[in-house]
Amino acid sequence: MAEVKLLGLWGSPFSRRVEMALKLKGIEYEYFEEDKKNKSPLLLKYNPVHKKVPVLVHKGKPIAESLVILEYIDDTWGDIGPPILPKTPYERAMARFWPKFIDEMCIPTLRRASWSEGDEKEKAKNEAATLLKILDVEVKGKKFFGGETLGLVDIAAGFIACWFGVMEEIVGTQILNKDEFPNLCDWIEVFNNDNFVKQNLPPRDRLVGKYEAHYQAVKQARAA
Amino acid sequence: MATSEVKVLGTWSCPYVNRAQLALKLKSVDYEFIEDIPLKKSEILLKYNPVHKKIPVLVHGEKPVCESLIIVQYIDDAWPTGPSFFPSDAYERALSRFWADYIDTKWYPLVKVVRQSEDKEERRTLIEKLSEGLVLLEEVYIKCSKGKPYFGGEDIGYLDIILGSTLRWLQVTEIVLEIQLLDQNKTPQLAKWARSFCSGDATKDILPETTKLLELHWKIQDFIKAGYKL
Repeated sequence: MAEVKLLGLWGSPFSRRVEMALKLKGIEYEYFEEDKKNKSPLLLKYNPVHKKVPVLVHKGKPIAESLVILEYIDDTWGDIGPPILPKTPYERAMARFWPKFIDEMCIPTLRRASWSEGDEKEKAKNEAATLLKILDVEVKGKKFFGGETLGLVDIAAGFIACWFGVMEEIVGTQILNKDEFPNLCDWIEVFNNDNFVKQNLPPRDRLVGKYEAHYQAVKQARAA
Repeated sequence: MATSEVKVLGTWSCPYVNRAQLALKLKSVDYEFIEDIPLKKSEILLKYNPVHKKIPVLVHGEKPVCESLIIVQYIDDAWPTGPSFFPSDAYERALSRFWADYIDTKWYPLVKVVRQSEDKEERRTLIEKLSEGLVLLEEVYIKCSKGKPYFGGEDIGYLDIILGSTLRWLQVTEIVLEIQLLDQNKTPQLAKWARSFCSGDATKDILPETTKLLELHWKIQDFIKAGYKL
């Protein structure tokens, strides 16, 4: 029986974060692909509160919520592989602040800016620009958010580098552009071309298919 | 340490601010409390928290830390003398973080919504959700405390601070709605923990008085009714 199990979804940015962290540390794990529409008894058992992926199960004990899992991985396998969180108290606070900002503010806004329409879309696009500018300033002068090497913030910001890029392609927006956000776009280039990251992002054509289907469903629901 | 080296920007009535104050008190750290409310959009708030423009902000040697969950963890990290707010076991630490996230994203936001709601059906649904949440938290308390007084065991820990700071507003909500949310019968252990937490030496001078919060609640309701957006 594998000591480490991961319940995930191939297309979920949150699930991929955990895989990235495990692979960064070279930790072997058994992966279970979930089905959103047909949640497994294992998922309902291991995450009864939220019933969502990702769930990491280590020696039979489950942990949910991607950022909690990432800290757990860093905590538990601190001596193995590169660190995911920095060492000093202030840097750790910053490393916690930005993923929270990304998850609570950026991701919902970027999703709204993609999938909604009319006034709601315009409002979301403006909000998105404000939020992306904040990240643009934060990453200025740095190779990664974490400095010279990939860290927690970069792993969390993967949504912007990969998933949001595909969303923009499907819906035809250009919110994330080099003119307005040069530093963030530079980071995206570095992130997406990083050898390690490349191996751990979902296959692009599959993601395109998934989002195309989602966009059609959203448009149909609106027309109904 | 000079008092001015550590500052807390916030207001007496905000539970998120109380968390920072509690954490500093538990670590015996002196600090300067700067009364500030987001409504004012003061220069100092915009300087130290340009991203969210919210309280609390902890400023330590001119470096700002925002977001109460992050502030409490920072305080634990930065002042490692005395008991840690977190358990020594990595898995239990992860559970503390998980439940703090649950409290802040799923449970506590409902307390304010239900208190301000005028819709009977909405209130009924929210009360049900809040009660279910408390039953869950009772189980968490029993598991974490292992028979000791706090979530943190013998000493106040992270979850005590996070949940404990919400208790006064929870009481106000109970008064306003004329119901018992933290029910002695449904969640006896949690009810007992709440009583000892609120009357403890570390907390009683920091947690605001329920009567003062109730007054504030009515003032806020008046503002909302008059059409002001808060």
